[in-house]
Amino acid sequence: MGLDIRWPIGLMFTLIGALLAINGALVKSDHAISLGVNINLIWGIVLLVFGVFMLAGAVRGGKNPPSA
Amino acid sequence: MQPIHLAWIDYTILLAYVAFVIGIGWMLSRYMKTSADFLTSARSIPTWVTGLAFISANLGALELVGMAASGAKYGISTAHFYWVGAIPAMIFLAVFMMPFYYGSKARSVPEYLKMRFDERVRALNSVAFAVMTVFASGISINALAKLLTNLLPWQFNLNFGPIHLGSYDSYLWICSGVVLIYVLKGGLTSAIYTEVLQFFMIVLGFAPVVWLGLKDVGGWGAMNHSLQAVAVNPSAEFLKEPGISYASNAWTSAWTPVLAGPAHNPMGVDWFAMLFGLGFVLSFGYWCTNFLVVQRAMAAKNMMAARNTPLVAAVPKMFFPFLVIVPGMIAAALMSMPDKNYRIPPPIVAQANYDQAIVAVKAANPADPAAAVTAVGTALGKKIDDKRIESLIAAEAGGKLSDTEIKQGLYNSIAENDYDSVILSLVKKYCPAGLLGLALTALLASFMSGMAGNVTAFNTVFTYDLYQAYFAPGKSDRHYFLTGKVITVLGIVLSIACAYFAKQYNNAMDIIQLVFGFVNAPLFATFLLGMFWKRATGTGAFIGLFCGIGSSALFHALTIAQGNVPGVKGGYIKVLSTFPSEMAQNFWLAAFAFTVCFVFTLVISLATKSQKTDADLKGLVYSLTPKIVDNNMPVYQRPAVVGIALLIVCVILNIIFW
Repeated sequence: MGLDIRWPIGLMFTLIGALLAINGALVKSDHAISLGVNINLIWGIVLLVFGVFMLAGAVRGGKNPPSA
Repeated sequence: MQPIHLAWIDYTILLAYVAFVIGIGWMLSRYMKTSADFLTSARSIPTWVTGLAFISANLGALELVGMAASGAKYGISTAHFYWVGAIPAMIFLAVFMMPFYYGSKARSVPEYLKMRFDERVRALNSVAFAVMTVFASGISINALAKLLTNLLPWQFNLNFGPIHLGSYDSYLWICSGVVLIYVLKGGLTSAIYTEVLQFFMIVLGFAPVVWLGLKDVGGWGAMNHSLQAVAVNPSAEFLKEPGISYASNAWTSAWTPVLAGPAHNPMGVDWFAMLFGLGFVLSFGYWCTNFLVVQRAMAAKNMMAARNTPLVAAVPKMFFPFLVIVPGMIAAALMSMPDKNYRIPPPIVAQANYDQAIVAVKAANPADPAAAVTAVGTALGKKIDDKRIESLIAAEAGGKLSDTEIKQGLYNSIAENDYDSVILSLVKKYCPAGLLGLALTALLASFMSGMAGNVTAFNTVFTYDLYQAYFAPGKSDRHYFLTGKVITVLGIVLSIACAYFAKQYNNAMDIIQLVFGFVNAPLFATFLLGMFWKRATGTGAFIGLFCGIGSSALFHALTIAQGNVPGVKGGYIKVLSTFPSEMAQNFWLAAFAFTVCFVFTLVISLATKSQKTDADLKGLVYSLTPKIVDNNMPVYQRPAVVGIALLIVCVILNIIFW
């Protein structure tokens, strides 16, 4: 099929990752910290890295930019 | 389960996901030109995508919930459903069966049966499959609508003339509507793409829960240590009846307790039923013949990609126990640690019953604890732990506790676990706003793609194997393309009807699932003989399959699992044999039905004349098909080599958790 699946996956996880990481960095109430871990910040960064990795793959594949 | 408070960030993640799946459908709709594009993805998808979709179509939300439940109930032995019950069959599919499915140019599994045998076998298989997918999709969407009604704070009360929509109805229609939009737009490709998206959502949404859970119990070693205490006295966590005790490794070793016999493992199964019933009949029957999963591999872009699809899928499948079963083990371990203040949620009890029970606790006479315990138990309407109620009454004596504290005490004293809520209770315990949205979205995603997967398998089988075959052969492709779309809408509408049916008649639903078990149990015998024995005839296959289905119904009617009353659970004609557990009964049933189907197909095939010549069967039967030569590809890409490597890793995993 014409659409490279890495575009939507990459975009979605970059977006969600950024959202979580920013939220984790700003909101530091007791409630947001689980077992002494700022999990939103850490996991947001993990998702962000994954999303960017997928986007990089899609760009390198180069078949179809999202506007195709 | 009480409602969860969701913050704006959780809703944003949820909405982002929904927007993305609809967007994918939208982007794909421009490529949908023919019925093949819509129903079979025109065989164009790369391996890693079909591989992840293959595994994701199987990893529905019910599986996610069910595996965590079994992890708590049975411990690491649950992993047999993966290491014994999936990996070998997936490798067999890739190496031996995929060449026939893909090479025969069949568009569906029933169509392969028609090519190999005849119309009767195809009709039997396609009708059973079509009905089954609609029910599976209905069950999935019913569970989702129920979950959302319980979790989300919004109450819907909509009236459109005579039609009234409550919360359940609204969630049901909204979620089905989303699935309808993206399947209608992008067909099978849409379903496959969202399955891949769902795969990553589940892995990335639940991994932090496992991580935090393990951190909370003090790491892997500490969890196993606690589970040893659980195994010796499982009634303390309400996992088994009082008085039952196992060796200390019953929850933490996969094989030793099973080898020791049915009385020594919490599943109540023996090694033969495990290996033959689960590992051979059920597992090969599901992974090698169920069109829902096989369809993913058939959408691959070439033979090589099709054969590698199940192999790509086997890699994550092998490690899924750590994602889906370990949470259940964490829950059981947490429950045994008093300072963690956690229990697996009990079945939901209405506030009115709690109120009555609170009154009973207050009115209790500490001098007569037995009567007081009975009164509280009657008020709650559930099995209760006598000792805990007694100490609650003692603590309360003279009005020392508030109503909230008494309610908490009662909650902790209900001696039943609602295992299906294990996973959500952990998500709630560990996830702050943000991560909570991610985990819930992952759950929602798997429910919706469970529906989409079934609907896309349904529309292909219905359009090609029923409509084109029996009602309107020889029309233009445009005609079947439009039919496929209409059937998609029909599939969704039927699923919604089934969801309402499942909501109304829980027992009827159990019976229907039971009947599907009967239909599926013998199926692999038909395929095995069909693919590897050219002498198998259509008549033999048809009668063999019928006898196999009949024999599983008969087997069920004559046997029962310990602790069950004769009726829906079996033994409705006469109880000839009693199994230690329902699981053992199921495994043996499968083994029996397979054997009957195998023998009947064999004998009747020998007695009847084959209608097919060797030339007809070329590409459909092993001995008449030229072997695929893999020599021109690198060693590490050959399915046989990769398959063996995967098997070795799987054996190593079994040994580590022996």
